[in-house]
Amino acid sequence: MANEIIKEQINKEYEWGWSFDIEAETAPKGLNEEIIRFISYKKNEPDWLLDFRLKAFRYWKEMSHPNWAHLKFEIPHFQDIIYYAAPKKKNISSLDEVDPEILKMFERLGIPLEEQKILAGVTPNIAIDAVLDSVSVKTTFREVLAEKGIIFCSFSEAVQNHPDLVKKYLGSVVPYTDNFYAALNSAVFSDGSFCYIPKGVRCPMELSTYFRINTAGTGQFERTLIIADEESYVSYLEGCTAPRRDENQLHAAVVEIVAHRNAEVKYSTVQNWYPGDKEGKGGVFNFVTKRGICLEDNSKISWTQVETGSAITWKYPSVILKGNNSVGEFYSIALTNNYQQADTGTKMIHIGKNTRSTIVSKGIAAGFSENNYRGLVQIRKGASNARNYTQCDSLLLSDKCGAHTFPYIEVKDTTAIVEHEATTGKISEEQLFYCQQRGIDKEKAVSIIVNGYCKDILNKLPMEFAVEAQKLLEISLEGSVG
Amino acid sequence: MSLLSIKNLHVTVDGNDILKGINLDINSGEIHAIMGPNGSGKSTLSYVLAGKEGYEVTEGEIIFNGKNILELSPEDRAREGIFLAFQYPVEIPGVNNIQFLRTALNSIRQYKGLEPIEASDFLKLVKEKQKDLDLPANLINRSLNDGFSGGEKKKNEIFQLSVLNPLLAVLDETDSGLDIDALKIVAQGVNRYHNKDNAVLVITHYQRLLEYIVPDYVHILYKGKIIKSGDKTLALELEKSGYEAFKVEI
Ligand SMILES: Nc1ncnc2c1ncn2[C@@H]1O[C@H](COP(=O)(O)OP(=O)(O)OP(=O)(O)O)[C@@H](O)[C@H]1O
Ligand SMILES: [Mg+2]
Repeated sequence: MANEIIKEQINKEYEWGWSFDIEAETAPKGLNEEIIRFISYKKNEPDWLLDFRLKAFRYWKEMSHPNWAHLKFEIPHFQDIIYYAAPKKKNISSLDEVDPEILKMFERLGIPLEEQKILAGVTPNIAIDAVLDSVSVKTTFREVLAEKGIIFCSFSEAVQNHPDLVKKYLGSVVPYTDNFYAALNSAVFSDGSFCYIPKGVRCPMELSTYFRINTAGTGQFERTLIIADEESYVSYLEGCTAPRRDENQLHAAVVEIVAHRNAEVKYSTVQNWYPGDKEGKGGVFNFVTKRGICLEDNSKISWTQVETGSAITWKYPSVILKGNNSVGEFYSIALTNNYQQADTGTKMIHIGKNTRSTIVSKGIAAGFSENNYRGLVQIRKGASNARNYTQCDSLLLSDKCGAHTFPYIEVKDTTAIVEHEATTGKISEEQLFYCQQRGIDKEKAVSIIVNGYCKDILNKLPMEFAVEAQKLLEISLEGSVG
Repeated sequence: MSLLSIKNLHVTVDGNDILKGINLDINSGEIHAIMGPNGSGKSTLSYVLAGKEGYEVTEGEIIFNGKNILELSPEDRAREGIFLAFQYPVEIPGVNNIQFLRTALNSIRQYKGLEPIEASDFLKLVKEKQKDLDLPANLINRSLNDGFSGGEKKKNEIFQLSVLNPLLAVLDETDSGLDIDALKIVAQGVNRYHNKDNAVLVITHYQRLLEYIVPDYVHILYKGKIIKSGDKTLALELEKSGYEAFKVEI
């Protein structure tokens, strides 16, 4: 039923007519081939990319909205979304021109935009690509990275300057046919980050993308592509935020990672999109496809995520373990409060021999929220001696919230060893009383205990992020104690 | 004026009468001991002082440092200066022992209108107390009580006591589970903490602890009532004759 409505919506004649100012900063609401051509035109894209978008769009039009997740929400009105919004100012060349709000946010996160400071060693080494709405605002540190042959730039720039790389890898991990939102993203993505680490290079600093949804009524569809060539290493951070808005905003990103022989990619996310208010009004729909492929032998991809924001989170950062001896990891903290819903987990697809994967998931549910772990461990035929270890813990902070675990295990090779452990618990009255007896109030006590519960995963984050994540957990728990 | 004044305290737990009219006055500078058979209500008394949920005061009052504390939350009582060394300290996995203690100290300081303690001052304080109590550095940097041995947990309670430096220390069977050397060290720690401005309430089953922490008064709690009070010789008497001898006096 719902899908019928969407199809109708999508196919409906675009009510504002076809023609609009091609020089406009913002596309009109809605989605059709015209809009896609507009986006592609705005970005001066080569034909093959427009082609990719159009194919994706045509494919998407025929798709049904998925409904298998344990989530309740109204399907976005795809014709009410603005698919392209350039920031008000263009060609930002100095920090003064960057939205002070963003700078404040960076500061709060401890992420410096100011290269001088970083170079002076005052602040930690992080290169940032900031994506505001859909356009990359500023990429710091590019020269330093360039010396090592590392390419770190906005996706659009990569399309202009490194089209061969983009063409080779775009859609190679997440094809546009993968799922509804991946198809949508492939059709309309407007920017994102691109990163290439050449053979034998260890990236000397953390690379970071910072996303922010600003303009009302816009969706955000970034596209991130990370390629780690042979023997290379990179640690990549992603932070997100969106201002408070009463309406739901759609964020449907795609992240693709490719790790070649002996390469390692660490991808860390702290997701703090606006979660909606106490009554569950507003908030971001975070429907993201993240996947990496360990393409060749001895490669490693590691996802670490701290998810505290968004009204709805629907994502499964995954690893395809194709190369022999390759390693996939997924470490996750998902905290939901009030009416937030999260359906998150991972897929570990073992194809190569001696491949190993580790999954550690901590779900914390408070208020009326729903917090689900959903994970697939697939051992294909021929993936001899593959190993997986999964640990899934849930912590319930109220009796009105829910936590569910949906583990799917498919083993087609008899030499594989797959272990799964799961626990569900509550914070004990004794623990709370103990903290209170030491002078710590209940709310702070809950946050201390939750932070302790998540410590193993917080430890996987780069230092600056770990501190921020800890604070975030505390903020997100506000009001969770009756 | 006494530091702690308990008058005709009646307490029920889940509808059961546990404390049945306790009267107890403790002055600053004093050490009191409470002895009593299992189930007589010793821990209950400590929980009521600390404000634990589920312990209902049906009659009587508790005045601490001039304040009626029955209306106060557990954390505010702690901030007012009541410290309970638990009979069974809980484990909180992943929570760093020292961080926890610092949070506790700063919560108390904030309540008193003080600035958070400087990191370096705090470390100095911690180092000093850690040495006093002969605690290995790795122990105080581990997760709070997580996987600590029984004796280590008890030592850690006294470590917290000496860092937080409250007005009243209630020690609930701190001696149980301690080896002979640890018992001495812990007792020394308590004595080092004790001064004329604070008070100690020791709950114990054994006279031995009281050889190290010498009480000014000993009270015998029996079935929810203090049936006899005396000086430290009462503990010796009790050790010889057991509770039976006192029962008849009721
Ligand atoms: N929830 C409860 N419901 C009923 N009775 C309870 C409850 N909690 C405690 N009690 C009872 O209250 C009494 C006093 O318990 P308390 O723990 O204070 O004893 P205690 O003197 O500390 O004993 P011990 O020396 O063994 O530590 C016991 O008989 C105990 O069973
Ligand atoms: Mg007891």
